[in-house]
Amino acid sequence: MSRRKTERLLNLVVCLLATRRYLTAEQIRRAVPGYPDSDEAFKRMFERDKEELRELGVPLEVGSDQQGGGGEETGYRIPPQAYELPDIHLTPDEAAVLGLAARVWQRASMADAASGALLKLRAAGVETDAATPAGIEPRVDTGDPAFPALWEAVRDGRPVAFDYQAIGRTSVSRRHLEPWGVVSRRGRWYVVGHDRDRGEERVFRLSRITGEVVQDGRPGTVTVPDGVDVRRIAFDWSGPVTEPRPATVRLRAGAAQGPRRWAKDLRPVAAGAAGSADASEWDGWDEATLTFQDVDRFAPYLARFADDVVVLDPPDLRDAVIQQLKAVLAGCDVPGGTTASSGAASGGAAAGATGEARGR
Amino acid sequence: MTDMTTDETPPGAAAAPPAAAAGAKGRAAGKAASAKAAASNSTDRLARLLALVPYVVSRDSVELGQAAAAFGVSEKQLIDDLNLLWCVELRAPDPYCPIDLSYEGGEIIVTEAESIARPLRLKVDEASALLVALRMLAGIPDLQDRDALSRVIAKLETAAGAAAAVSSQVAVEVDVRGDTLGRLRQAIGAGRRVHIAYYVPARDENTERDVDPMRLLVVEGNTYLEGWCRRAEAVRLFRLDRISELSVLDVAAEVPDTAEPIDVDAGLFRPSPDDVRVTLDLTASGRWVADYYPCESVEELGEGRLRIVLRTPDTRWVRGLALRLGDEGHVVAPAGLAAAIRGDAARALARYGMA
Repeated sequence: MSRRKTERLLNLVVCLLATRRYLTAEQIRRAVPGYPDSDEAFKRMFERDKEELRELGVPLEVGSDQQGGGGEETGYRIPPQAYELPDIHLTPDEAAVLGLAARVWQRASMADAASGALLKLRAAGVETDAATPAGIEPRVDTGDPAFPALWEAVRDGRPVAFDYQAIGRTSVSRRHLEPWGVVSRRGRWYVVGHDRDRGEERVFRLSRITGEVVQDGRPGTVTVPDGVDVRRIAFDWSGPVTEPRPATVRLRAGAAQGPRRWAKDLRPVAAGAAGSADASEWDGWDEATLTFQDVDRFAPYLARFADDVVVLDPPDLRDAVIQQLKAVLAGCDVPGGTTASSGAASGGAAAGATGEARGR
Repeated sequence: MTDMTTDETPPGAAAAPPAAAAGAKGRAAGKAASAKAAASNSTDRLARLLALVPYVVSRDSVELGQAAAAFGVSEKQLIDDLNLLWCVELRAPDPYCPIDLSYEGGEIIVTEAESIARPLRLKVDEASALLVALRMLAGIPDLQDRDALSRVIAKLETAAGAAAAVSSQVAVEVDVRGDTLGRLRQAIGAGRRVHIAYYVPARDENTERDVDPMRLLVVEGNTYLEGWCRRAEAVRLFRLDRISELSVLDVAAEVPDTAEPIDVDAGLFRPSPDDVRVTLDLTASGRWVADYYPCESVEELGEGRLRIVLRTPDTRWVRGLALRLGDEGHVVAPAGLAAAIRGDAARALARYGMA
């Protein structure tokens, strides 16, 4: 923005704030220096200026009053009560947490908005430079390229469309969404809304949106149903709830520290009672009980510990771990990549993971 | 899900160009920065001008240097702003200059401010940015004076009015359990050394160490203790949910002057020239790996399959990852690593009586 334009816009704001009557475009042109003589050029410039002020958040009121100089012609004004930030006074401890909050978005796409807000609050007399509480630095990252467009869509109540690559799907699919909110957990962002293709509420993970998020409707056409809690929709997994089950596992002494953190009844494998032909094979091993819910998730977790963890029971978990390990051997045997058929053949094992389609 | 980036990561071990640091994230940050630069040339200036007058008015008088610092501009720029404000004039019905100010002797005084004596209302974006952040802080137990947080949230909601409404549609949750955070804050406040038992998933190791705490970080939804690790004799990050035991020692913390705090805003993942490059092929079901680990490159292989390249100083965790992936993916390179993984699986199967 050139200095001249800044000056003109500033004059325009002051002029429209100072007036109680609606001022017509012609009256504004006479009062505010810097507009061109040509009618056509003035009209164009004035249109752009109005747009610029609205983007800045200036409440430009359009109307007419009979008593005004413009008769019934459309005029403009900025009502001070709509323009002005109401009084706000913060105590030093309040200002300190506000300063901390404003820093949360550093490097993220809301950072500009946060500093803009801080600027206005400072202008209102708030001292945000007060020492922020020592010893803690919270940060939120919004690195997903889809974030800014989705936030704007939520803010403006506007439907969107995007390509989505769900886990376990072999291709992207075009999704049409009325977004209700964006939420983050463990550093990952999700958008919640009404899926127009499925006719149901859905959750999408932002990192799986490929390409651009485009507008797919007019602003103000998305209505968030009463009582909708976007957090609950995003974070409540409505998958089938299975009863927790106990598993008996053997853990190599001094290893498998992960499972040991929550193992119960940890005891050394009794000599000779190992149920194995060669009891010495289990010398230095412990036996323990672990609780689990989902075989499809738990088996890969245990497989990760290789020959430091052996599942004795239940049989379905034991088999799942064996299948998992066999798959590793098989996958590595094919240099240059698993074939499509090996992916397809794994349908059963992958079924648990596709539960992730809901977001995870 | 485990996360190798922060298992005791030596921060800043290698200075990497930020764009290369974390793939897509690095690029996005760069984009945001240039957008910010562009904006500061345009609407930012008008916003600043409209805030400048009330800033001075609400404080009676302000020194040039203080105002420049508050607005993040040079004194020269600030003087230019003040001159521009002073030039505001209206020509009709009668010509007059509504703003009168001076900055003689380096002291700004506004004698006439007219209609712009108050700052502009908060925009929806602005109110939301602060409210979402404040509510996130309020969701962290023991983090802050909870009282101050709820008071400032209430005041801000009132001041923002309708602009505050949408902020409830954005939420950031931070996972914090137990009393570790509160006790560490106290230790930091009291300047005390702590002893921790710390689990390192990447190596499946329990470690014990003394740490001189520096500060707490909340990054990407996780909380970390940053401190001088007396075992490693270096600054280290410890994820709070992996601290299994914590005792605050009756010893004063001694953080060396040379200890550099981690630049959180540059991201936690710092590749080093000594890193091993690991290539993994993933099936459509294994794509989640690309979401959870910082990748140097991600290549679509068609039908939902991916080829990713990770960089890591320690490949032990990759062996665990490969076992966990099963048929969802496998290590392509280095060949030695792929062979080691095969060996892991074969030895484990032998334990089940299968060769």
